[in-house]
Amino acid sequence: MAFRSAVITFPGSNCDRDMAVALEQVSGSAPVRVWHGDAELPAGLDFIALPGGFSYGDYLRSGAMAANSPIMREIVRAADRGVPVLGVCNGFQVLAEARLLPGALMRNASQHFICRTVSLKVENVQSLFTRGYEPGQEIRIPVAHHDGNYFADEETLDRLEDEGRIAFRYVENCNGSRRDIAGVLNNAGNVLGMMPHPERAVDSAHGGTDGLTLFEGAMKALASA
Amino acid sequence: MKIRVLVSLKPGVLDPQGRAVHHALEGLGFQGVDEVRIGRTVELDVADSTSDEALADMCEKLLANTVIENYKIEKLG
Repeated sequence: MAFRSAVITFPGSNCDRDMAVALEQVSGSAPVRVWHGDAELPAGLDFIALPGGFSYGDYLRSGAMAANSPIMREIVRAADRGVPVLGVCNGFQVLAEARLLPGALMRNASQHFICRTVSLKVENVQSLFTRGYEPGQEIRIPVAHHDGNYFADEETLDRLEDEGRIAFRYVENCNGSRRDIAGVLNNAGNVLGMMPHPERAVDSAHGGTDGLTLFEGAMKALASA
Repeated sequence: MKIRVLVSLKPGVLDPQGRAVHHALEGLGFQGVDEVRIGRTVELDVADSTSDEALADMCEKLLANTVIENYKIEKLG
């Protein structure tokens, strides 16, 4: 059965096409493109992706406006039903603002926008998204953000560690994130938010293909579910 | 009714922007500034019948991110 995915586009998203290209490359079927103002998601989705960008021009706080857009109510419902949801960069900020993931993404500690390829350590290899990686594997994935400084209180951070919900850590902290966190999972493990862009590392022409493993792993896991 | 909502970072949450402004003030020669923290002001003009609960709800749901921010509601009349 064909893999049915959706990429959500908010006003100001700018990595939606990259995400769609990656999903199509890996799955062989083009994702449905969903506009933020749509009241409903297509039926029978296997995977939902919230792309990077600057939704609503980062007004108020990054992701805050998008988190309250009509389609987000449907995405919260889908996530509650167990549909895998991946939020990358601005998508992570939106998921945090929507409270689908704990914590918040603040301005980088350096105040600078950072755009470069960084090394990540894979911390969790049980999740749907990360099971293709080896435990402790180091991967190279590009980051491009101004607000990627992950914050959560100590109690929440301890809980995330205990529950194995830290998916990725920066090998060298590039933005001030608490405990070097680059990606976190929700309690059920079907929602992943990460600042680095796996969809920008799926073709050797990108300079690396470490992001491919994430999409392929998720697809394999879903196919065997 | 005019309302002013003051949104500030919670104590303990690092404020890189505030720190940069602090350094800039020192660079200008201002002495004795211990700390600078930057927040946001949101001014609202709402119906007089708007309840305190509704105002708090606006702050909780959108105007502030309570993971990192506190808010204070001031009624300006």
